[in-house]
Amino acid sequence: MDQFLKKCEDSVLAGDADTAFALASEAIGGEIDILQVIESGFVSGIREVGRLWEEGEYFLPELVMGAEAVKKALSVLEPALAGQELSREVRGVGVIGTVQGDIHDIGKTLVGTMLSASGFEVYDLGTDVSPARFISEAEAREADFIGASALLTTTMPGQRALIEMLAQKGCREDFLVVVGGAPCSEDWAESIGAAGYATDAVAAVELIGRLLDGKGGRTP
Amino acid sequence: MGQRPLIKWFEKRQRVAIVEEAIGILEKTGVLIESRQALEMLADRGVRTEKRRAYFSSGQVEEALAAAPDRVTLYGRDGRGEVEIGKENLHFNPGSSAIRILDLEMGESRVPVSGDLVEFAILSDFLSGYSMQSTALVPGDVPENVADSYRLYLALIFSRKPVVTGTFTEEGLTRMLRMLEIAAGGGKQLRDRPMAIFDTCPTAPLTWSALTVNTLLECAGNGLPVQIVPMPLAGATSPATLYGTVVQHCAENLSGIVIYQMAAPGSPVVYGGSPAYFDMRKGTTPVGAVEATIINSAGAEIAAELGIPSHAYMALSDSKSLDYQGGLETAMGAAVAALSGVNNVSGPGMHNFQTVQSMEKLILDNEVCLMAERIRRGIRVDSSEVVADVINEGVTGGSFLTLSHTLKKFREEALFPGTVIDREAGDKRSAPGGEEILKRAGERKREILKAGAPNILTGPRREALKEVVTESAWRAGLKKMPEIEGLEE
Ligand code: B12
Repeated sequence: MDQFLKKCEDSVLAGDADTAFALASEAIGGEIDILQVIESGFVSGIREVGRLWEEGEYFLPELVMGAEAVKKALSVLEPALAGQELSREVRGVGVIGTVQGDIHDIGKTLVGTMLSASGFEVYDLGTDVSPARFISEAEAREADFIGASALLTTTMPGQRALIEMLAQKGCREDFLVVVGGAPCSEDWAESIGAAGYATDAVAAVELIGRLLDGKGGRTP
Repeated sequence: MGQRPLIKWFEKRQRVAIVEEAIGILEKTGVLIESRQALEMLADRGVRTEKRRAYFSSGQVEEALAAAPDRVTLYGRDGRGEVEIGKENLHFNPGSSAIRILDLEMGESRVPVSGDLVEFAILSDFLSGYSMQSTALVPGDVPENVADSYRLYLALIFSRKPVVTGTFTEEGLTRMLRMLEIAAGGGKQLRDRPMAIFDTCPTAPLTWSALTVNTLLECAGNGLPVQIVPMPLAGATSPATLYGTVVQHCAENLSGIVIYQMAAPGSPVVYGGSPAYFDMRKGTTPVGAVEATIINSAGAEIAAELGIPSHAYMALSDSKSLDYQGGLETAMGAAVAALSGVNNVSGPGMHNFQTVQSMEKLILDNEVCLMAERIRRGIRVDSSEVVADVINEGVTGGSFLTLSHTLKKFREEALFPGTVIDREAGDKRSAPGGEEILKRAGERKREILKAGAPNILTGPRREALKEVVTESAWRAGLKKMPEIEGLEE
């Protein structure tokens, strides 16, 4: 078992999604404790990847590939867990996207990846996302938070519109709204009533973790 | 005349191979085009389109290249001199669309307001290192959805130089075209003597968003020149090798050139770019990186091979303040641009990954640009007889300082930097502002601005321009326009 878990961990460290997928498939076919495979295999691998990245040993491609490998493994393991009526502990569920009229997606995608790699369950809605779509997707996923990215001065109001629409629909308190992107700032976030702002992906993970801990993150 | 210095990265056959590879990519992989209107236009012109992709044949690319002129001429307002982008010309203009402005008095950057745009336009108009101005700042004191056209409004009023610009929304573009027509004195006048060039940025890899491709078509329809500005981020949205990114950058440029030429054959278009080498630790997009400089330089070489005028985002920095990094990245970029034969260089004033502009940096970068132009002018080769005579005369007379040759020549040979550059002897600092270069730049800024707005637009055209912005601002909910000194009735 230990050796199997080590293999899972190594597949993440190597950023090898195919091997991660194969190992996950092997796990659900056997008598192995799936929760343990997730926690002590794949998640433990991505934690190590994160540590190596923070130390400057790993670079972004290695980090992102590690996260992709975990995602691939979870795509097999999570349905199997559900079949056993079990669920794994996640730090929080969120949707993330780039606001309407804006096509910049590199930063948003990076934030999404880092969040997934750090134990959050994240649904990436892509670019050009309207306030209505942010909200309907967040409701459908029973999300804890909504991440809205804007890179243009002219599309930033989309973040405000999202918060206004939440208020209008009376579900302002249901989701934490966090914002980011080059033209945004702490002041802007405060002025539109967002729960927080972060300058980069690492800060985003820290921010959302802190906000959800404060709120007492939930497990789905 | 001596030879102008020119960096070459490739041999002729390698340049040809790069273009062939790029065309191969357009034929095989094609480009994603997110506008039905553009896809229909291309299909009408015989381009193979499938789903939302367009595939260009080598024949189509060659036809477009043959149709595209080798230069773009822009005209300033009210007869201010023409600017020819192409051939051996080198022009600089400020980096465009900053989100923030560095406020040295505050000690940090902040959201720009209308007054900053006015000052910026006046400085760009004044500084001789810049042959064009740009819509460099996006103001925070007007509604966000009119901000893009509002910056053009102030630029057209406060400076006569031609404008390098771009658009954020399709409605914004309509307004901007209307303003340019007013400033030029009519639609036909604008066509005959375009006052602006529009940057259009394809999305790497090989994608045209609806906004950018529709801007391309709209400009084609109105006789306005465009600059194709691909922004491949090597390692993230293009290959991690410099060579691979040069090829993709070429393919993206060619796709824009073909689309534009198909819409308006023979219209002037520039082969441009703003590549970066994605920072694999920080996830940032350093345009001042030495790799970005190389990719830009190689791009100009390819453009020259194709006989198309070139543009590049160079002469800017990623530094957060106006420090040593800010100076070194800017100067290195400007010098390499000049040595690479880039025709139009955008970037001065800009720092912090293309997000912050600074008037003090604009003034310092003006010196950088003038120095780069001096490098580009190269060494004029004198006849050997004259040289021998002069040296002989200097040696026998004991000094060169008093030779008539010296008196005749030194003004054309040497560049006289502005007061911000320190050349005082010893520890003396006589320039206004004293010891600190940023203080000297600040002093220079105040001095230039003290003269007011010498080239301000007055009369019915100004009124008509004002009507366009006021009307759009009204619709966006702004009841009162920001007050601007010099623009009150
Ligand atoms: C690359 C780029 C592009 C690419 C985008 C490719 C893509 N697939 O995303 C292309 C070429 C398509 C592009 C197009 C345009 N762009 Co652009 N672009 C950039 C550039 C150079 C870098 C952006 C980037 O990817 N950075 C790297 C990523 C990793 O960083 P990031 O996005 O900032 O994200 C980090 C943080 O902000 C944060 N974060 C981001 N999102 C979120 C969300 C949450 C919830 C949180 C917590 C944190 C967070 O974490 C991220 C990771 O560390 C910026 C300049 C800049 N420095 O921002 C200009 C810039 C944003 N673009 C600009 C402009 C003007 C445009 C165009 C309008 C140009 C044109 N006329 O065609 C079009 C826009 C079209 C549209 N409607 O959207 C301007 C905006 C000016 C303004 N005042 O608004 C900028 C500032 C450049 C400039 N000065 O001209 N652009």
